[in-house]
Amino acid sequence: MTRDGVQRLLLPLGVALLLVGVWQWWVTAYDIPAFLVPSPLVVAQTLVKDWSLLGAALAVTLKVTFLALICSVLLGVAIAFAFVQSKWIETAFFPYAVLLQVTPIVAIAPLIIIWVQSPTASLVICATLVALFPIIANTTLGLRSVNRGLQSLFKMNRATRWQTLVRLRIPSALPYFFGGLRISSGLALIGAVVAEFVVGTGGTGTGLAYQILQAGYQLNIPRMFAALVLITLTGVVLFALMGALSKWALGSWHESETTVS
Amino acid sequence: MNSEASAVAVQSAEKTYANGTRALLPVSLNVQQGEFVTLLGPSGCGKSTLLNMVAGLLAPSAGRISVWGESPNALSHAKQRMSFVFQEATLMPWARVAANVRLPLDLQGVNRPEADQRVIDALKLVGLEKFSDAYPRELSGGMQMRASIARSLVTDPSLLLMDEPFGALDEITRNRLDDELLTLWRSKGLTVIFVTHSIHEAVYLSSRVVVMAARPGRVVEEVMIEPTIPRDDAFRVSTEFAGYAKRLQDSLLRASVSVDEALA
Ligand SMILES: Nc1ncnc2c1ncn2[C@@H]1O[C@H](COP(=O)(O)OP(=O)(O)OP(=O)(O)O)[C@@H](O)[C@H]1O
Ligand SMILES: [Mg+2]
Repeated sequence: MTRDGVQRLLLPLGVALLLVGVWQWWVTAYDIPAFLVPSPLVVAQTLVKDWSLLGAALAVTLKVTFLALICSVLLGVAIAFAFVQSKWIETAFFPYAVLLQVTPIVAIAPLIIIWVQSPTASLVICATLVALFPIIANTTLGLRSVNRGLQSLFKMNRATRWQTLVRLRIPSALPYFFGGLRISSGLALIGAVVAEFVVGTGGTGTGLAYQILQAGYQLNIPRMFAALVLITLTGVVLFALMGALSKWALGSWHESETTVS
Repeated sequence: MNSEASAVAVQSAEKTYANGTRALLPVSLNVQQGEFVTLLGPSGCGKSTLLNMVAGLLAPSAGRISVWGESPNALSHAKQRMSFVFQEATLMPWARVAANVRLPLDLQGVNRPEADQRVIDALKLVGLEKFSDAYPRELSGGMQMRASIARSLVTDPSLLLMDEPFGALDEITRNRLDDELLTLWRSKGLTVIFVTHSIHEAVYLSSRVVVMAARPGRVVEEVMIEPTIPRDDAFRVSTEFAGYAKRLQDSLLRASVSVDEALA
């Protein structure tokens, strides 16, 4: 790993250690009871002690998140392609994509749960609805943001629609797509958690959100914190994963992924 | 006027854009095979507009343009030997230099072994054969422009349209590329239409300079540059060079003055 890479890992870790240290000190020094704010040590102990429960819940949340992310990528890219094929389609349907984006998922989640039998499927649908828009918007923008000179070059060489799409539009859109993917990965997780809060009250969910709800009823604050930590870590790992994917795909050529040295 | 034998024949072509801008008043221009014609004029005088119309990228609002006797858009494939070099290098950032240069051949469906050989030849012409595996961002501005020229030469065109190709480069690089371009023009018997707003570049390169003026865009004068004068560093500092430059300068000045008077 390069010196730059080490720094990018070490600096945030240092900040995390510092914050955890201050938290531990504050809880011990002021004798804060664990049912109000548990110390990091207690949270870690809970994580280990309750791992069979929390680990299974994490797996469920992860499954929903990834399924939702895959669905939004497939659906979002397909919709973006439809949009750039014809201005008519875009004009007719884009407002509804926006509508999808601005409708709060908590408001429609109960409906989806009633309509869809399988709880997992309804969770995935909710999370997909939350994560879809950035993929549509970014990919559409990317497919349209083609260098004018290159467009002329393709035209002068009598490129077919297909050649222009594959050799010009898609590569031009990739950086935008990956930008959208990073945002969507976070949203898919948020969508999965939020939807599960709604489904969870029905008693069918076993994901992390459900664990937080249960722990809340039982005033098991350390377990609540442990589940919260898992959700946060998942978000961070997901973001880093999408970053790595983007770097792998664009690293050799795109400005955003190349370092000046 | 013998437009049948011309490589490019522009007959009273004019352009008014959709928003009502009169970019170009009717222009007539014949370019013979093997000529090096430069369009010289201030920003906004319609140089790019005219060149894009010759390339078939823009349709004239009125008038006619033909390239080798055919409409630029309908050139039969065998005869389609017209290449365009843009102001920026416009390379595909995701493709290596070799793939960028091969693009026109790929689009035309030339088979891979032949295409690769022609790419190597084209890169050699511009002195970039060592950089075929580099990405565009790893090249300097001048090298990117060379790659762009290699891409335009790979189809073995006989007509080269160049829109301020060296405008963004420093003077030393620009002068060197001018020399390389002249060598290519002579050795390959090219016909070149070259856009610039540099008087010195116009004098140095051209066999004929078409002086244009803005608001509204139009052609004001054509100046022949004696083709027998060798184009070298001595020419750049000669009195003949200064004479041509003065003449073009006066022509540009007169055109803008007459507009100012008309407006006053
Ligand atoms: N697509 C367009 N729509 C409307 N007006 C345009 C368009 N392209 C160019 N124009 C206008 O037409 C005129 C001529 O433009 P053109 O680009 O041909 O000038 P130019 O001589 O190439 O200038 P420059 O040296 O700055 O490149 C300008 O006034 C410009 O604003
Ligand atoms: Mg121009």
